[in-house]
Amino acid sequence: MSSVIDHVRLTHLQALEAEAIHIMREVAAELERPVLLFSGGKDSIVLLRLAEKAFRPARFPFALMHVDTGDNFPEVIDYRDRRVAELGERLIVASVQESIDRGRVIEDHGPRASRNRLQITTLLDAIAEHRFDAAFGGARRDEERARAKERVFSFRDDFGQWDPKSQRPELWNLYNGRIRPGEHVRVFPISNWTELDVWEYIAQEGLEVPSIYFAHTRPVFSRDGMLYAWRAGDELLEGEQVITASVRYRTVGDMRCTGGVRSQATTLDQVVAEIASTRVTERGETRADDRVSEAAMEDRKKAGYF
Amino acid sequence: MSALGLLRFTTAGSVDDGKSTLIGRLLYDTKQVLDDQLVQVAEASRRRSSDGALDLALLTDGLRAEREQGITIDVAYRYFATDRRRFIIADVPGHKQYTRNMVTGASTADLSIVLIDARKGVLEQSKRHAYISALLGIPHVAVCVNKMDLVGYRQEVFDQIAADVRAFLDGLGVREATCIPISALHGDNVVERAPGMPWYAGPTLLEHLESVEVEYDHPNDVSVRFPVQWVIRPGAAIPAGLGEPCGNGPESTLGPSACHEDYRGYAGQLASGALHAGQTVVVLPGGQQTRIAAIDTYDGSLDEACAPLSVTIRLEDDIDVSRGDLICLPGDTPTVARDLEATICWMSERPLRAGDRLTIKHTTRRVHAIVVALVDRVDVETLEREQDVDAFALNDIGRVRIRTSLPLMCDEYRQNRATGGFILIDDASNGTVAAGMIEDAS
Repeated sequence: MSSVIDHVRLTHLQALEAEAIHIMREVAAELERPVLLFSGGKDSIVLLRLAEKAFRPARFPFALMHVDTGDNFPEVIDYRDRRVAELGERLIVASVQESIDRGRVIEDHGPRASRNRLQITTLLDAIAEHRFDAAFGGARRDEERARAKERVFSFRDDFGQWDPKSQRPELWNLYNGRIRPGEHVRVFPISNWTELDVWEYIAQEGLEVPSIYFAHTRPVFSRDGMLYAWRAGDELLEGEQVITASVRYRTVGDMRCTGGVRSQATTLDQVVAEIASTRVTERGETRADDRVSEAAMEDRKKAGYF
Repeated sequence: MSALGLLRFTTAGSVDDGKSTLIGRLLYDTKQVLDDQLVQVAEASRRRSSDGALDLALLTDGLRAEREQGITIDVAYRYFATDRRRFIIADVPGHKQYTRNMVTGASTADLSIVLIDARKGVLEQSKRHAYISALLGIPHVAVCVNKMDLVGYRQEVFDQIAADVRAFLDGLGVREATCIPISALHGDNVVERAPGMPWYAGPTLLEHLESVEVEYDHPNDVSVRFPVQWVIRPGAAIPAGLGEPCGNGPESTLGPSACHEDYRGYAGQLASGALHAGQTVVVLPGGQQTRIAAIDTYDGSLDEACAPLSVTIRLEDDIDVSRGDLICLPGDTPTVARDLEATICWMSERPLRAGDRLTIKHTTRRVHAIVVALVDRVDVETLEREQDVDAFALNDIGRVRIRTSLPLMCDEYRQNRATGGFILIDDASNGTVAAGMIEDAS
């Protein structure tokens, strides 16, 4: 037996964890068919640990789902499958390639092509197919200014759309998950966490993360000020060349829209130290998808993005 | 790091008060603004003003409609940290038409910043913010008398406003108020001390934010309230659609009994107080007494747990407990009631009338409710109470009498925010249409 009340005041991570566990249990209790979106990225890794804390020793009262663009880092897919097996939970893979093959979406071609936008259709199709009424996501309000205004229970209409102007007021810890058939809620248990909180929690919990979060040497090319992973056969623009560099990823998205940062941080402690002293935001540094326009994220969220 | 945990505070106000500038200043002077954000703000400052000086208010720019109209529509949450504490700011618009957003931001706050323009003194808007802070039971109010640079940093201006605002706050029953003379524009007394106000010996705003106590600091002084949220039963059938497990599950860290199929734990977030293993408790509304067999967490069992931890409680006796029940201590129980008198803030465009049927969500209970009567309405500009009200419109605040289909376990809101607060849900739209604070229950 141990006591948490050494000091009466909880640490910020204890307070954030308690809030997130409460949110997950509310969803389990109030909605019929939740699902947890698990990408293998650090935020959804934290969600899985929070789900263990909320529901063990029972199984999770929901399945896990990954929207696979087909352009994911192989290290992340390996990690995903290993983690799911360890947990003994069920994983559904919704495939963007299948959406393309079935003609639901049309793929762009060329050196700047990205499947990022196509994920929206695959995600919404999967939610409809499995009749999910709630989807847990690892989004955080500190990531981006549209997200700063998003509720913990973020209501989506039957087109999967987010309407920032008609959000439900969210008071105390009294969440309202009531919806009509065909609608769903996106639920963000770590809304109030920052990037640094996530890394400190990963270190505190001793969680394994995909190897690409640590500094490693790989062939990359520089585009728009970011370092993208180069794979044999990738088309380059004029003037671009492949170099070998020691990089680390701050976010794990699709290989085509996620840039690496130069880093020598090979341990969790070094990564935490690097994040604590960074001078550039996570999305500003590494995500091409947010750079398209001043309101890039807001537009994608309205269309049903994560 | 962050030895003092987490502090949630709210700032209500409009562009004119300098609210956005104050938040921008807090973020900037605590070195929370990163280079790419600063570049964006510098570019926007050049586009929008003639002198191109860095406009810190732009750091809090939100949705496109807000940028285009230069207003704040909704609650925005912002985060910063110092070596002493982590902060969550609920940044809300200040005009009367955003009363519901102010109430939302205030509901989770430990502290409220009320901004006053030193040139204008205590205006109705500041009074409204103070009133809402008091109504929502925010334990601390920090009154920032802003734009001191525009009144020559004169002490008598500050002293007069501080006396006025304290008199007003006393009338609202707010005892914990700290008044700070600041200039958000120049950063005086926000993070750095003001060279122009040597007469002020109190804390800077940040020093104050770093040192105030939060609600949960004294768990042994408040009643134990544990609303049961979810029953954990590993032996229970798997919910439909999940399919068969594809592995054997994790090595359980919940102790030997947890591995058994007959494990039955009551999961929830301790709303107030502290519990310890072996303690005699009562389960409401049934009233059965039993003892706590164990307080489980994923990281092992605890001797004791305090609010706001999320834990799982096992009881010694096999009694019927389900979601919506409440575990507390004998001799210190809440009122079990179906008739409530409460102050509500109405948040819907559809008016509320006596006789309306709604759903009430209170702790982890969701039951039917009927609004029996509208008692009165508060004029949020003058704070006068108006009787004979036939409907509440959007943003109205007033007292109502409510009858519920099943009993609620409730305390007066001013005694306990967790068991005194509720929301009302419209059954037709499923929207959250009111926030309520219980004043009396029977």
